[in-house]
Amino acid sequence: MPSPPSRSALLYASLLASVITGCNTTETVAVEAGPVALRRLTAEQYERSIHDVLGRHITVPGRIDPDDRRDGLLAVGASFAGVTPSGFEKYEAAAIAIAEQALDAEHRDELVQCQPASPTASDDSCAGSFLERTGRRLFRRALTQDEIVGRVIAARDAGNALNDFYGGLELALTSLLISPEFLFRVEEAEPDPTDPSRSRLTSISMASRLSFLLWNTTPDDDLLAAAENGELVDDAGLAASVERMLASPKLEDGLRAVFSDLYDFKQFDDGLVRKDATLFPAYTQPLIEEAKEQTLRTIVAHLADDRDYRQLFTTTDSFMTRRLGVVYQVPVPTASGWEPYVFPDDTGRAGLLGHISFNALHSHAGRSSATLRGKFVREVLLCQDVPTPPANIDFSIVENTAGELRTARDRLEAHVTNEACSGCHTLMDPIGLALEKYDAIGMYREEENGVQIDTSGELDGISYTDAVGLGRALSEHPDLGPCLVRSLYRYAVGRGAELGEEELLAALGQRFASSGYVVSDLLREILLSEGFRTTSGPRDAAETEGES
Amino acid sequence: MKRFDRRTLLRGTLAGGVVTMGVPLLDCFLDDNGTALAQGAPLPLRFGAWMWGCGMNPERWTPATEGTDFELPIELRALDRELGIGGKLRDHVSILSGFDVKLDGRPNFPHTAGLMGTLTGSLPLEDYTVPAPTLDTIIASEVGGLTRFRSIEMSCTGNPNQSYSFESQGVANAPEISPGALYTRIFGPDFADPNAGPFTPDPRLMLRQSVLSLVKEDRDRLVQRVGAHDKQRLDQYFTSVRQLEQQIDVLLAGPPDLESCQKAPAPGADDLGSEVSQSMATNRVMAELLSFALACDQTRVFSMMFSDRISGLRQPGSSAQHHQLTHDEPLDAEIGYQPEATEFVYASMEAWADFIERLAAVPEGDGTLLDNCLVLGHSDVSLAKVHGITGVPMMIAGRAGGALRPGVHVAGSTSPSTRAGLTIQQVMGLTTESWGTRSMEATQPISEILI
Repeated sequence: MPSPPSRSALLYASLLASVITGCNTTETVAVEAGPVALRRLTAEQYERSIHDVLGRHITVPGRIDPDDRRDGLLAVGASFAGVTPSGFEKYEAAAIAIAEQALDAEHRDELVQCQPASPTASDDSCAGSFLERTGRRLFRRALTQDEIVGRVIAARDAGNALNDFYGGLELALTSLLISPEFLFRVEEAEPDPTDPSRSRLTSISMASRLSFLLWNTTPDDDLLAAAENGELVDDAGLAASVERMLASPKLEDGLRAVFSDLYDFKQFDDGLVRKDATLFPAYTQPLIEEAKEQTLRTIVAHLADDRDYRQLFTTTDSFMTRRLGVVYQVPVPTASGWEPYVFPDDTGRAGLLGHISFNALHSHAGRSSATLRGKFVREVLLCQDVPTPPANIDFSIVENTAGELRTARDRLEAHVTNEACSGCHTLMDPIGLALEKYDAIGMYREEENGVQIDTSGELDGISYTDAVGLGRALSEHPDLGPCLVRSLYRYAVGRGAELGEEELLAALGQRFASSGYVVSDLLREILLSEGFRTTSGPRDAAETEGES
Repeated sequence: MKRFDRRTLLRGTLAGGVVTMGVPLLDCFLDDNGTALAQGAPLPLRFGAWMWGCGMNPERWTPATEGTDFELPIELRALDRELGIGGKLRDHVSILSGFDVKLDGRPNFPHTAGLMGTLTGSLPLEDYTVPAPTLDTIIASEVGGLTRFRSIEMSCTGNPNQSYSFESQGVANAPEISPGALYTRIFGPDFADPNAGPFTPDPRLMLRQSVLSLVKEDRDRLVQRVGAHDKQRLDQYFTSVRQLEQQIDVLLAGPPDLESCQKAPAPGADDLGSEVSQSMATNRVMAELLSFALACDQTRVFSMMFSDRISGLRQPGSSAQHHQLTHDEPLDAEIGYQPEATEFVYASMEAWADFIERLAAVPEGDGTLLDNCLVLGHSDVSLAKVHGITGVPMMIAGRAGGALRPGVHVAGSTSPSTRAGLTIQQVMGLTTESWGTRSMEATQPISEILI
């Protein structure tokens, strides 16, 4: 592997090129971008928007309406998710609870920023200025006159009826919080003035696209101001905002959201990763939440240092808590909280695939699963398709632990000798078998049913003897970098890549490689690319699948 | 029914200003023939679906003879229970065997194809997709507007993200997984308790109505800015807004005038999880809460997922889940089935019996709540080991207000499983004459169970 070129040199060269020519290198690539659609806020985006706009003291009710995961991403499902009657019922209840907390006696002055003439009567002017300012942050655009006036009148009527100015304001704020303009991000297209045959996202739509991608929350005042000035449809203006956003500490939140989504870590939050309490007494919900946090911390620290993305699968750098230390079987000096940690060679662990999080997530409640782990690596890390199993199959030969087949390898090798199974299982199992020394909660073991576990195998031509070797093989796999490019792109635009975007993805992949696989550089390339800024227009109505 | 002048009461409570905001609502509210059930009106008819995953063993579940006097097969032994009101549970349940899900060349996506075929009448073209609305939402779109809740979805799996109640692929009704949350949603502060003294409408309800009208005013502005895909999604959103308006109308109209209506007692602490004993306990507690909710006409449509189609039920200390066992466990040659997996079939049928037995325990009119219900018990497959979708197991409990003859075994003779859905729609008052697509199109209701 050649050492990466000097990163700062590359960065300056690319910035300079942008400034001088007013264009980015990837612009030379022909792009026919896909459609835009409303994107429903994910549960996390909803909560973060509330905290950013209305105050961090607010307890946001959980489990409002489940997020829709499509093509492996909540970010894609958000372009399809609707609001059901039961979902809306919960959004309304949440909005009432949030508005009440936002305007409670302790916090109202900070948020409202004006004093009503009397706290027991309406005040149109103070209500109007509050709604204008807060509405702009919640709707991610300036409110229209009609939108403000209707709500000022409602606040007036209710304020007078209740003899409470803030009661009236609560009602108007509630109406903002249940509006589709808040619950959905609206992405709009307009003709590109330099080439009216093409559509681009409006400057206002770009603000939300950027903000939810990089920060996973609503745009701040500066970004909205830039959007309102038309800067986000201008090359230099966009580049300036992108640089500011990449340098912000909030980028960490954005990166966490990207990788949580990609790796489906929401399953941990939803309490869906369960283990049998008799077989795995060390496994608890706090443990698995710390395991998730360990992996996210490791990723964010690695990427914040602009280290090579591929080394995430080989690095021994991580973080540790005492609770995690019990399962990793390592001493942890810090009694409570986190400490930086380097896995020693003799622990047999390196890279993300050695973490508890992945191994517990891709296991059953009572046993590990080489197949699920292999499937994850193929599908999520390498973007390769693994077909679904045929409907009429007999699994009993491969899973009978009582018989002569003692280890997962013995059982899974039965797949390979069975024609119906072998096509797909030779794709997945050798990867997962390398991780078999991690049990269903990721604890290290040498044996299964009294037989020594064999972790050797090969990944598309690179042989290894253990999990650490698998991580190394994975880090050198030619599909690893391009897969992250594709996943980040899909996450950014909220849909699968279209045929007309393949050339762009290939070019982005090459530039990712030549940057030394630095993720912040890849993000910058995506944000400045035509694919991110243009569109074929609004998405058409879906056909009924049962009828096609 | 308590009689008092609601108009005076409201004015007294609301000081004029708020009343001006709720005029359309007031019209409804002041109508004495409004949404509250008038005395002497027929009892409401309810529909529910109760689903368990991973099927049964066809030769051990299917009665040997058709009609009424069949011998209960071993896997249906749970229906042999004696009821408190006399008679046996089996007399309230019809067994539907031999009804098929037909693929017409489409793939048998494991556990998905069979479920979607029965619930939507169409087969998916891609895995994990929903080809058409599910039966419960079809019925809710007819009768859901009459009650406080359009429908109630429940699950014993602990998974907050999965129900099988879909308006469409992107519009899935999330289930209640916690009995505590279900209780609060139905019987929390908004519940109008008929036994709690004179009814006083809560002025906050009026404020909520006015907030909803504000949101509706945003509609036209937004619809102009989006494409066809999003117009559909916004239509769905505004349908949900209207539904909530109706819900508040119902609350303002006062407590339901139903003799059997009582506020449910609060349930104990939740114990959620996938151990079979946990799911069975959750099923019992939710059935009890639901029975109170139905008796108070809070909803007329419900669904319960006892276990997912890829059933995660398990026994403590075991390394395998129900679904895994159906594939992994060797067939015991001597007995001819998978003994460990089959324990979960027994447990599922006990849970089904618990559920309908609870509805039969609530007196209503001259009979029981179950007599005014139609509950479809169903699974995604017949024999899970091979993902069988011929003879998918279905059961129909209740008399549906006298429209159904329970206690019958009907052999479907390979006719499509959508005949159950067609029958249900007709009994529930829909004018559907045929339902389903291609070979799944049903035109003949199951006349053997109709009166």
